Amino acid sequence: MLGRTANDLFWMARYMERAENMARLLEVGHRLSLLPHEDGGQEWRSTLQSAGCEAGYIASHDTFETRAVVDYLLFDKSNPSSVYCCLSTARRNGRAQRTAITREMWESLNGAWIEFSRSATENVSSDALPALFDRIRDRSALFRGALLNTILRNDTFYFTQLGTFVERADNTARILDVKYYVLLPQNELVGGGLDSAQWAAMLRSVSAHRSFRWVYRDAFKPWHIADFLILNPQMPRSLHSCYAEIMQALSGLSRSYGLETSCQALAGTMLSRLKMLDMPGIFQAGLHEFLRDFISDNSRLAYEIAAAYHFND
Amino acid sequence: MAFDEMHGRGRSRRCRTPYRAMATWLDGQTSEQLTARRQQAEALFHRTGITFAVYGAEEAEERLIPFDIIPRVLSAAEWRRLAAGIEQRVRALNAFMYDIYHRQEILRAGRVPADIVIQNAAFLPEMLNVDPPRGIYSHIIGVDLVRTAENEFFVLEDNTRTPSGVSYMLENRETMMHMAPDLFSRNRVAPVEQYPEELRATLESVAPAGLDRDPVIVVLTPGEHNSAYFEHSFLADRMGVELVEAHDLVSTETGVMMKTTQGLRRVDVVYRRIDDSFLDPLAFRPDSVIGVPGLFEHYRAGRVTIVNAPGSGIADDKSIYTYVPEIIEFYTGRPSILKNVLTWRCRRPDDLAYVLEHLPELVVKEVHGSGGYGMLIGPTSSRTQIEAFRAKIVADPARYIAQPTLELSTCPTVTDEGVAPRHVDLRPFVLLGDRMRLTPGGLTRVALKKGSLVVNSSQGGGTKDTWVLED
Repeated sequence: MLGRTANDLFWMARYMERAENMARLLEVGHRLSLLPHEDGGQEWRSTLQSAGCEAGYIASHDTFETRAVVDYLLFDKSNPSSVYCCLSTARRNGRAQRTAITREMWESLNGAWIEFSRSATENVSSDALPALFDRIRDRSALFRGALLNTILRNDTFYFTQLGTFVERADNTARILDVKYYVLLPQNELVGGGLDSAQWAAMLRSVSAHRSFRWVYRDAFKPWHIADFLILNPQMPRSLHSCYAEIMQALSGLSRSYGLETSCQALAGTMLSRLKMLDMPGIFQAGLHEFLRDFISDNSRLAYEIAAAYHFND
Repeated sequence: MAFDEMHGRGRSRRCRTPYRAMATWLDGQTSEQLTARRQQAEALFHRTGITFAVYGAEEAEERLIPFDIIPRVLSAAEWRRLAAGIEQRVRALNAFMYDIYHRQEILRAGRVPADIVIQNAAFLPEMLNVDPPRGIYSHIIGVDLVRTAENEFFVLEDNTRTPSGVSYMLENRETMMHMAPDLFSRNRVAPVEQYPEELRATLESVAPAGLDRDPVIVVLTPGEHNSAYFEHSFLADRMGVELVEAHDLVSTETGVMMKTTQGLRRVDVVYRRIDDSFLDPLAFRPDSVIGVPGLFEHYRAGRVTIVNAPGSGIADDKSIYTYVPEIIEFYTGRPSILKNVLTWRCRRPDDLAYVLEHLPELVVKEVHGSGGYGMLIGPTSSRTQIEAFRAKIVADPARYIAQPTLELSTCPTVTDEGVAPRHVDLRPFVLLGDRMRLTPGGLTRVALKKGSLVVNSSQGGGTKDTWVLED
């Protein structure tokens, strides 16, 4: 496989995952903005931070008014992480590598793009937004489904998986990090001071709101949420799950190519840590520090993958 | 009145034999049903993304080449006659290229003026005395044909460089089978789906000698902004070979290498969809960013094969076209089976005089043009347009050739006014390697505008599925 192909597949998957996560973040933020609140702007600011889009937004906007933020994250062509740009880039990468992906995958990318770019030209009314967020997630699910159902389990599959899960790990860690203070044990000790809506919102951001209840039967405890999203291997968006998938993909590549690289070792170390840690240990070392380090290590792994497999020679 | 491929000529409206089953089917379709099928076909094309970028558009948009759902039908016998002529032509053109890049016997014999060849931009002196594998220069050729009567076909032009349209031929057939399977149960249509395998076999057969493994083939594309990009990726995909751009390849001491996830890997055959002058900045245009430095040197040394060979454009130049009957006779000892269209060469004073006197009746083309641009179609042009063109011809006569306006045959086509005749041409595709492989049918291009004779997709033409019935 061409190094460039691996690069394009990796980023195609990252951008599709990013689009889905953006839709989820927006859905949560939008829902929160509908509840009575004091400073709506602050909520949207957190959303922008989770998405890594705060600096870009501030450079061109004065207020954090709902519609402005939503439009920036959905449609703005100058924002490389907007859903518009994500779908466009994912599709472009897929188109550049049509010989590597299956017909079903291509059609899901192309279909998502055609539908969304139509919405971009129409004036989507505010009450149509929830339906739009749903459709973005549906389209992403179609893509994942096409990928899992139709692609041969070879390097094409592994590079695509790596893109998806490196992005997912990054997104989950950022969502947690922006609001990490909400998850600290002292909040619970203080007597559940913070609005439980915050916790619910965080869980919704990773589609974990209802599944959480099945795993942790007792009352909402903030550090359970942290445990769920960082360490629990049952939760498909947890950092642990992401790294289990990443390790599988990297093992697949070393089997395919008969070659181990520095990536397998690095990912292996990160996975072991996630398997062995517990929440008291993480809180002791500092939740915020843990998440910051994780985000940085995750980026480093992405960089190593690109180098080891000649993405950009 | 034009020859209609379904009804023949004249008022009798008799249905020609190859179209009998088709006519019955058409009679059974209401116009709503036809419209529905047309939309279904469009949706299929959009979904698959068979689009092309239009030059000159502000944001190179993606457009579909319009597809007409009524196939063009040829009988087995009609096709056999054409096939013999096409094969003869392809062999003769390759023999011509071998000759002019070696001893140039045909020039010594004075059968073709030397300057037309030697001073031609498509003639590459760098190819002199280079021996391509099997002596073949043009492995993939599209011979454009037009029909004016039951048994009258003319070659409009030869495409020996980078002929395109094969992907449309294949996708048109897939679409028809998906959309109107009932038609295929009533007609025995010769399959075309074997083309990608045949292309691959052709490419493998011209790999450098002495390989101890399966040849590594790549399709070299300028990239996704090229108007035919879809076809490049389509063919690479169907053949199961890598689609590469220049920066995916690198020239080392041993040969041309591809940059893979496992390091460098040697390439044996490059099917290039890039013009000669952009192939290699070290050998040709130094400003080319879509070429591979060092590729041509490795080619000359026999370490890699380039298909079609550099310098093969000399055979599809319009000034050479007028000599092809001579060329066929010279190399085969036989008269050409397929006829050229009568052509006046404006570089000759007598021809120029005739052309200038008869402009409103003629089609005038630039010798080095393509895509239907830079032409004058006398009968449909205004006096002002004609006079403007006259001035251009007079300024540089050697640049132009002229042909009578042929009344191209028509085929029933779905139009806004229902099923109506529209002018068509035909591009069969030929492969030449260890043997010659001719795909039954090819691409039928149709001028969608009523009365228009311009079939080029870049100017709004469409395509039809082409059927060759089996006996």
